[in-house]
Amino acid sequence: MSLVVVDIGVGNTASMVWALERLGARPRLSADAACIADAEQLVFPGVGAAGFAAERIEALGLTEVLHAFNRPLLGVCLGMQMLFERSEEGGAPGLGRLAGTVRRLRPSPERPSPHMGWNRLSKRADDPLLEGVEDGTYAYFVHGYAAPVTADTVASCTYGEPFSAVVRRGNAWGCQFHPERSGPVGARILRNFLDLPC
Amino acid sequence: MLARRIIPCLDVRGGRVVKGVRFRDHIDVGDPVEMAHAYSAEGADELVFYDITASPEGRGPELGWIEAVARVIDIPFCVAGGIRTLDHALACLTAGADKVSINSPALERPDLTEEIAQVAGSQCVVVGVDSEQVEGQWRVRQYTGDPSRQKDAGRLTLDWIAEAQSRGAGEIVLNCMDRDGVRQGYDIEQLQAARSRLSIPLIASGGAGSAEHFRDVFDQADVSGALAASVFHSRKLTVPDLKQRLARWHIPVRL
Repeated sequence: MSLVVVDIGVGNTASMVWALERLGARPRLSADAACIADAEQLVFPGVGAAGFAAERIEALGLTEVLHAFNRPLLGVCLGMQMLFERSEEGGAPGLGRLAGTVRRLRPSPERPSPHMGWNRLSKRADDPLLEGVEDGTYAYFVHGYAAPVTADTVASCTYGEPFSAVVRRGNAWGCQFHPERSGPVGARILRNFLDLPC
Repeated sequence: MLARRIIPCLDVRGGRVVKGVRFRDHIDVGDPVEMAHAYSAEGADELVFYDITASPEGRGPELGWIEAVARVIDIPFCVAGGIRTLDHALACLTAGADKVSINSPALERPDLTEEIAQVAGSQCVVVGVDSEQVEGQWRVRQYTGDPSRQKDAGRLTLDWIAEAQSRGAGEIVLNCMDRDGVRQGYDIEQLQAARSRLSIPLIASGGAGSAEHFRDVFDQADVSGALAASVFHSRKLTVPDLKQRLARWHIPVRL
């Protein structure tokens, strides 16, 4: 069983690796297209700016493999946003696995931006990734841009306006929050991902 | 509803958590990994580790305990102390820290905030500010970790936090020094004024002594989180008790 964590050199991939190791998994870090293509399960974390991430994906020759990967894939935070068609952040192109454009969260006096901290998940559909996760449970978010609620939204979160917290299309899942930093709830979600049939 | 964050702060010296007056009378209170684990298990929303001797000793952050903490905890944590360069910041983030907090080096060279934000993203960059009231004005203090070098930074607090935000800080921790360690409550007036100058999250620091102090700073100053050290380490207040009481006062917290 091979589990690969995509490392494009953006943000904190170590936390994701250690979270998976705490669950007994043995993830490999890789930015190699062949290694990624061969994975049975793929986690695509990311923190940072979408434009820079898009450039890195292109420069590393990963656009095609991430677009075509058809076994379970979990994009986290920026990694989830990259699954969409496009981001307003620097006009960065996405991988186009999910329909929609990632847009800036509108700041207001009552709502500081970035959206940083623990917020509630509202389940919108049954999904194996959220098995055992209660509606209304808190997860840890850090982001200034968000994906709209679409037909692919499995759970939403509200910060001024609702946005996608968990998405799924086929074998591609995404979490806007950080499961590796969301306490026992996050660990359960990662466990659920590891338990998905390959 | 975004929960208000409760953030214990741990001072680290030589790889151990200590308490006491800075630079004097340090009492060893534990191992960073064990304490991080304990605080996250009892419901802390985030932790701040402050390497209190890094700046005075002119060295960067020690990565060993940062990585050891990152391996065991499943809540976010921030590292402060000794981060003077982009490389220092990136090393902390690579070792598993979720955020870095910069204070005096950001005053020396305000471009540092932008440099880190451009590479790692604003959400990783916290600017810590030590503020003191002088003749009716809130003024920034620099090198507060070192009594022999501590000085007025030549800046007004409210102007400096606005500048830090415009340079790419993702969060401000405002430590109100007049209240620090006194446990008489947070400086509501100063935090209100700071909040009105910011569109990024503001974290209150300095003065927590009771659950009512947390309630008041959330209700009246609308801060995103409240940081405290001694009140938690002494077990005068525990995180679960505090959160239960805040919930009864209808303050949104993660239980």
